Amino acid sequence: MTEPQGTGTTLERRPDELPEGVGARVGLGALRILAAVAVPLLAFIVLWMTFEWLRDADANRGVIVLVAVLVGVVGVFTLYWAMDFMVNRLPARFRESIRPWVFVGPALVILAIFLAYPAINTIYLSFLDARSEGFIGLENYGFVFTDSGMLRAIRNTLGWIIIVPSISVAVGLGFAVLVDKLRRGEAVAKSIIFLPMAVSFVGASIVWSFIYDFKIFGSQTGLLNGIWAGIGNEPVAWLSQEPFNNLLLMVIMVWLQTGFAMVILSAAIKSVPEEIIEAARIDGASEFQVFWRVVMPSIASTLVVVMTTMVITVLKVFDIVWVLTNGETGTEVIAERMIRWFFRNSHNGRGAAIAVVLFLAIIPVMAINVRRFKAEEQIR
Amino acid sequence: MTAVTSPVGATTPGFFKRLWDRWPVKVAIIVIIVLWLIPTIGLLVNSFRVKSITEAEGWWTVFSKPFEFSQWTFDHYASVLNARGFGNAFLNSLAVSIPATVIPITMAAFAAYAFSWMEFRGRQILFVIVVGLLVVPLQMALIPLLKLYTSGEFFGIATPFPHPLNGTYMAVWLAHTGFGLPLAVYLLRNYIGSLPSSIIESARIDGATHFQIFVRLILPLSVPALASFAIFQFLWVWNDFLVALVFLGGTPDVKVLTQALADLNGAYGQFEHVLPAAAFITMALPLAVFFSLQRYFVRGLTAGSVKG
Repeated sequence: MTEPQGTGTTLERRPDELPEGVGARVGLGALRILAAVAVPLLAFIVLWMTFEWLRDADANRGVIVLVAVLVGVVGVFTLYWAMDFMVNRLPARFRESIRPWVFVGPALVILAIFLAYPAINTIYLSFLDARSEGFIGLENYGFVFTDSGMLRAIRNTLGWIIIVPSISVAVGLGFAVLVDKLRRGEAVAKSIIFLPMAVSFVGASIVWSFIYDFKIFGSQTGLLNGIWAGIGNEPVAWLSQEPFNNLLLMVIMVWLQTGFAMVILSAAIKSVPEEIIEAARIDGASEFQVFWRVVMPSIASTLVVVMTTMVITVLKVFDIVWVLTNGETGTEVIAERMIRWFFRNSHNGRGAAIAVVLFLAIIPVMAINVRRFKAEEQIR
Repeated sequence: MTAVTSPVGATTPGFFKRLWDRWPVKVAIIVIIVLWLIPTIGLLVNSFRVKSITEAEGWWTVFSKPFEFSQWTFDHYASVLNARGFGNAFLNSLAVSIPATVIPITMAAFAAYAFSWMEFRGRQILFVIVVGLLVVPLQMALIPLLKLYTSGEFFGIATPFPHPLNGTYMAVWLAHTGFGLPLAVYLLRNYIGSLPSSIIESARIDGATHFQIFVRLILPLSVPALASFAIFQFLWVWNDFLVALVFLGGTPDVKVLTQALADLNGAYGQFEHVLPAAAFITMALPLAVFFSLQRYFVRGLTAGSVKG
């Protein structure tokens, strides 16, 4: 119970203890770290106490949900406010150099624990053997770049990250632009493209089995074979047709992910100031020109963001392949190999090494982003 | 798509503008919508069809005989809704999803503001690292985090990390927050960073603190971006099965909706025919959220803020 107050008093007492001059730098560093850690720590304690109380109170589910929502919605925000309040009480010369860490620190702390730590752990495991017991150097990496399944996976993944994001973004952008011109029904139209995103993973695999299904006997239950047989052909086991089956799997991903591109790009299109577009129209620009010369430059940064996100999402895709073809008939992808080696074949080293390849694959994409940030900051 | 080319070089903007406003746009929209709907319609049809018919014939055959009422049934929906602990699982899913949506958005919005409009050392490199963390596969994080949660073990060393955290809502909230943060920071930084600098500068000149600017200006102006991320984060958490299974466990009192439905399917898949119905039931709430957030995707929030 006393812990939250304890953290508070330390923070307020700190400035008085700080020595003037050189020592202040050390103190400043400590304060920055403290500012970053304090919010997650406080949040943690508050959540913990709430949880303890709920367990002791043996409250019913309705109350628990209500409290959980309150803590989530109000609690976290209040903590930031309290931290900012404390920073305002610091001596003026520290204030502005500590404040950014109150804003950015909590996110960094959470990320350090939940993503950076597992990532470093994975890199470490990639140099160990199957059971993470002995150091075997680069042997796992040798496997990654020589195993025939892995090489096919790398080839296929390359196809995935080129084809899926470009189609999804193109369709998503086109749809967002078109639907923006509707006077009515925009929400309904967007919901339909968004709908696949709401289909859970289990749902998506069933949905597409109703399209790609193949039966040796009896009438076909998959639409594709229904049409194919309808125009007088023998039914085909679509998902075993190499290399065509890779495209069929990509179609599913496009179907699922276009909603993401559409929603984000639609928000970006709507934030293009109306007066600029009107001005262009008054100057006699056609709708086509308005789109390419006014709207596109304004949403360029969002396009890069959506593209980057999609490439990363596609890099990590494994469940579609896992369920529909089990990674057989030449449909391996990198993430599917990773899961297979790490969890199914219980070879931690190889699984981790494949994951590290995923990390490395993102470097070119990040380089493009870095260049864009720098350019953006300069023109601001 | 043909609509895009038609108004090129329009000499009479009035006519082409009207043309553009009318049918090509609508035709293009309808084509995309139909393509996107086909798979879902298959799911919808089979969710209402008797098991034996679903297995024997394709779902599209229904359109040739829609009034043959013997093929229709509500049984699948009934058996999902009557599944043991369904109501409880629904509430648990809410208790997991709402804070696991709000917490990362709040944290990400503050961080995105700092990354866009505050000066501190390492700003660029930290941001790049945050976005780079997007690529960490969730599955690789599960085992190290589970060890941390259950025994406080960090890189194989025992730490005073408060354990056992596992099996609590907080464990799942924090995990989802961690997994959702990179994308949230990335999307929000892109949006918040593109707000007109004149707004922020004039507020600074008027003596507003960063916190005031954030709450009174940035948050209201970022509503479309916040709403779009909220939709996706809610969706992922709502549809998540793995994170909840690992960090919350599958005991009846904390079971979430996806787990309740997976149990329905059973070890032998004997309830496979109710899965389409289950898929539609889980979809209902995210779609409602999407619809209700639609009104925040409005234009002109920054209207009047840009001079010239």
